[in-house]
Amino acid sequence: MLNINHVRQQFPILTETVNGKPLVYFDNGATTQKPQRVIDAIVHYYTHQNSNIHRGVHALSRTATDAYELGRTAVQQFIGAKHAHEIIFTKGTTDSINLVANSFSRAFLKTGDEIIVSEMEHHSNFLPWQNLRDEKGIVLKVIPLTATQDLDIEAYKKLLSDKTRLVAVTQVSNTLGVINPVKEIIAEAKKYGAKVLLDGAQAVPHMKVDMQELDADFYAFSMHKVYGPTGMGVLYAKEELLQAMPPYQYGGGIIKSVTIGTSEWADLPNKFEAGTPNIEAGPATKAAIDFVNEIGIEAIAKHEHELLIYATKQLQAIQETEIYGNTANKAGVISFNIKKVHPFDTGTLLDQMGIAVRTGHHCTQPLMHCLGIPGTVRASFAVYNTIEEVDAFITGVKKAVKMLL
Amino acid sequence: MFDNWEDKYQYVIDMGKDLHALPEELKTDDRLIKGCQSRVWLQSDLKDGKVIYSADSDAIITKGLVALMIRVLSGQAPDDIMTADMHFVDRIGLKEHLSPTRANGLLSMIKQMKLDAVALKTKLSS
Repeated sequence: MLNINHVRQQFPILTETVNGKPLVYFDNGATTQKPQRVIDAIVHYYTHQNSNIHRGVHALSRTATDAYELGRTAVQQFIGAKHAHEIIFTKGTTDSINLVANSFSRAFLKTGDEIIVSEMEHHSNFLPWQNLRDEKGIVLKVIPLTATQDLDIEAYKKLLSDKTRLVAVTQVSNTLGVINPVKEIIAEAKKYGAKVLLDGAQAVPHMKVDMQELDADFYAFSMHKVYGPTGMGVLYAKEELLQAMPPYQYGGGIIKSVTIGTSEWADLPNKFEAGTPNIEAGPATKAAIDFVNEIGIEAIAKHEHELLIYATKQLQAIQETEIYGNTANKAGVISFNIKKVHPFDTGTLLDQMGIAVRTGHHCTQPLMHCLGIPGTVRASFAVYNTIEEVDAFITGVKKAVKMLL
Repeated sequence: MFDNWEDKYQYVIDMGKDLHALPEELKTDDRLIKGCQSRVWLQSDLKDGKVIYSADSDAIITKGLVALMIRVLSGQAPDDIMTADMHFVDRIGLKEHLSPTRANGLLSMIKQMKLDAVALKTKLSS
């Protein structure tokens, strides 16, 4: 059983007030708050360990390198990767996906090859592929949604062909919270020898994710959505793919040797990590994963599911609201509108009541076009949210209904 | 001016509801004000040397804010609009909406209204 008070005590920001009211933070899909130990890890790094990594013979450089690499090992164990060098550190999910679009395409794609994405993708898992279509003559196919806003798997099967090289889909929709049947998606893709990239940005914070069980070829997520630091993204990729792909960025740290004539690349993961990285995010990442492991991702998922079920029931009882993503299989997100009201209006009034939600298209404009709306109000949950906060949110929505209609 | 946020926002919402809607054919992309999360259309006309504004938005609070601006600026001479001091927004407790980081784009609205006044003045003197 989750000790919610003990959890909340670890997040100093949760005692803040907004517009004179206690903060209710329901914008966790955008970024989660940080527990004290993550904040401490960053302070500790700059107080005691700061040095550049991977190149110094001196003690401090070794300390910094060790601290950074502990972050990598923590991620490897957390997502069940076979090797630590299959974990590439990036700026974030967007950077991870752009790395694949750039390096994978240069190694493996030619004009006429096909990539499949879905209609519910975040722009960061759509624009890199749309750009490849325009620049490289790749054929881009899009999996449509069903009436309940699930991926249309039958339609997906028909999109696959011998020309499919990559399927790039999200594991959990950032806008709707819908959990996609990624194991089935991967199994179908493999029948055609296609590689699969999963956008795990909204999955990793809410469920157990295991690379061996999933068998995805690429997996991208951001630590800042998992109680960790900003500027720390993860790209997991299978070793043989990373070996075959050229570097994404060229610069310091990625080489074995350089002459005027030619260069030889460093071993993994360094080949893909040009320049000085966000070093303090290494130890902070480890601290975040320790935090999650201490509670247990299953316990976190269960708690968030209870909040989601409770909030959905309460929201459904308000006749003036409409919920998007009406499937049973959802994680941590509830997307809705007050009927005939712009999401911006609802969000503005909730903000006055100290309730932080996201409004707008959530970087999923193709999905908004599909639903025929300008945007939604999105409440997204984390381990530290409470039933009482959901009550405050529901009271807020009722008040907004009264004021706006 | 207002005792609490509810009264303040109810006033803005009611202003929005009372503002005449723009005819659909005027809700065109060239009338959209950039920099707003919701869509705001602004139409500016010159009548007897005065600028007459009409506007619409798909968000009611935004529409209320633009209605407030219209109430203050519409019917004035271009020169007066160009030099108008908009700090009354601050005084009536809507200062937070003047920040450039606010998505509703009240600042963008004021800027566009002043730009239109400049354009109409040029037309007047030519």
